[in-house]
Amino acid sequence: MDLEFSAAEDAFRAEARAWLAAHVPDTPLPSLETAEGFAAHRQWERTLFADRWSVVSWPEDYGGRGASILQWLIFEEEYYAAGAPGRVSQNGISLLAPTLFEHGTAEQRARILPPMASGEAIWAQAWSEPEAGSDLASLRSTAVRTDGGWRLSGQKTWSSRAAFADRAFGLFRSDPDAPKPHQGLTYLMFPLDAEGVTVRPIGRLDGKPAFAELFLDGVFVPDEDVIGEPGQGWRVAMSTAGNERGLTLRSPGRFTAAAVRLTALWRGQADPSDTALRDRVADAVIGARAYQLFTYAGASRLAAGSRIGAESSLNKVFWSELDIALHETALDLLGPYGELADGAQEAPSHGSWAEGHTFSLAGPLYAGTNEIQRDIIAERLLGLPKGRR
Amino acid sequence: MRFLLDDEQREFGRTLDGLLEAAGTPAVVRAWAAGDTAPGRALWARLAEAGVFALAVPEQHDGLGPLPVELAVAFGELGRHAVPGPLVETVAAAALLDRLGDGDVTRTWLPQIASGKAVVSLCGPGASSPYALDADASDAVFVIDGDTLRVADGHGPVQPSLDPARRLARPHGGTVLAHGPQVIAAAAHAADVAALATAAQALGLGRALLARTVGYVGQRTQFGVAIGSFQSVKHRLADTLIALEFAEPLLHAAALALATADPAAGREIAAAKVSAGEAAYAAARTALQLHGAVGYTEELDLSLWIRKARPLRDAWGTPAACRDRVLAP
Repeated sequence: MDLEFSAAEDAFRAEARAWLAAHVPDTPLPSLETAEGFAAHRQWERTLFADRWSVVSWPEDYGGRGASILQWLIFEEEYYAAGAPGRVSQNGISLLAPTLFEHGTAEQRARILPPMASGEAIWAQAWSEPEAGSDLASLRSTAVRTDGGWRLSGQKTWSSRAAFADRAFGLFRSDPDAPKPHQGLTYLMFPLDAEGVTVRPIGRLDGKPAFAELFLDGVFVPDEDVIGEPGQGWRVAMSTAGNERGLTLRSPGRFTAAAVRLTALWRGQADPSDTALRDRVADAVIGARAYQLFTYAGASRLAAGSRIGAESSLNKVFWSELDIALHETALDLLGPYGELADGAQEAPSHGSWAEGHTFSLAGPLYAGTNEIQRDIIAERLLGLPKGRR
Repeated sequence: MRFLLDDEQREFGRTLDGLLEAAGTPAVVRAWAAGDTAPGRALWARLAEAGVFALAVPEQHDGLGPLPVELAVAFGELGRHAVPGPLVETVAAAALLDRLGDGDVTRTWLPQIASGKAVVSLCGPGASSPYALDADASDAVFVIDGDTLRVADGHGPVQPSLDPARRLARPHGGTVLAHGPQVIAAAAHAADVAALATAAQALGLGRALLARTVGYVGQRTQFGVAIGSFQSVKHRLADTLIALEFAEPLLHAAALALATADPAAGREIAAAKVSAGEAAYAAARTALQLHGAVGYTEELDLSLWIRKARPLRDAWGTPAACRDRVLAP
């Protein structure tokens, strides 16, 4: 066992670091959850794409670098350490793209992936419904067969990025008579400006409008925008769900960089006699390191040919709670300045700790609630009996 | 990079696990706590045969090491089976003597430690404890006092520990074996080895507590169903698993850092120690809670594991001391 990076991996790290040092904006972009910030972040995606840094792990044909999982982790470490902007294309890149690589057709990949990589088409996730959150099997929105495609109707909600995004992907009930609720679902993609689509932005807890509810009234989707076989949407979606909970949504680089910033904040102003606060800072640092190492072990397992299954639920609970702990500790270190939101002139670090804190509170809710994840851990990893929820 | 135990390391762990399972450690633990060390010494000899103590001793003194990663694997299994005795202290003493360089003391003790003939204890600054573990059952008690290394010539009365299988006594008197700055450096290294081995022991202990509890809640019924089907029970066990799973890579990274003399080794070991210690203690709390009053009885073997968790969390580096070290500039 070792933790040594190869010369090629070190060179990749150096190249990424140099590029980021030359290109990361000096002043942070406006929040990507606003119209102005969304546009600025779309531009940043173009900048990344121009030098093939937007999708490093994709094949070169689609604008990537064919990077290994380890190189991707290295890139992410450098990306967050450099303080680079949040990724507005993340839903597409980390959720839809892996699904297309696994279940899409060559035509779909050629048509959809390059504009996703360049930021020309930004994707929103449209899975949740008013009656269906973590329990995707209870979805009610329908896809009805029509000439050359499908007609979508119903309501999707809490769709991240949907207020400003271009396209969305989601699951629809295509066979209401299927014997089990998770059967008869179809995975479809649709434009958010299509006829019959109404996008109503929803103000989030942080007051930003970037998530939305979508009303669909007979929206036409051609057959070419079905992913996988009609009726097999559940199985197709589950491969995406694993990605969302597991490694590719939350790379360790994000938390190791936050832990470095937190440590600097603590050194800058902490009262050395406050050991309770010191312990929380230390625990956040330890947690970020643990997550990084756990991910390295997972990447080593993948490289050795294993697949990541229910273990992704361990990741999900761990990173979402670590994220909250990191931000809560930072707010406590900031004392009376902790509540200043981004936009407040005197907000420390441009309000990024406050903004990050509010966002971190959503972690245990999305990508399958932590309650659902703990059920999965208990039943699939510990072998405990199923019971009433 | 391949951050996974290799087949040989995993096989070593499985072999020890099988050996200890067959040895029936609960009876050994109960005898040790009652002052009968014969079964413990017999088990010690078998562990030595399997190579456990040789991992801390260099080849020129009849050892196989130092091999910190394998040591972590071995101590995980020792913890999983709640093996009693100054296991940590013995390997830490070996690390200490090895660092002092070749001399009579080293040539005398290291081959005996490797072969399992010598059971030794160690009392030093890294532990911040005035007590030597199992001094009354050891062939020698090494004492670090500032820049001086002594071998004690006696010890005070045994002070009962929360874990009856841990016998604590103050060493006294003794002969000076070494003196000078090299003792301080060697003692710091020994404390790192002790912290790493204790963390591994805690992690193994926590895994055993979780496994026993998972087994129990699958059997025990209340309100007509297995209590393991209740969501509150499941979630507590899921949290226990998460804490253990994320402590393990910290432990392996700490062992690697020690193996490669990484300057960050102290920090990595401290991170592993606090995580494994807290995870094991939480596992003990969960095991007790989910076993209910049954778990609060001494007759149940589970008590042997539960009572170890808190002392292991605090021995060779309290969580507060470790957290301080993690943030040291």
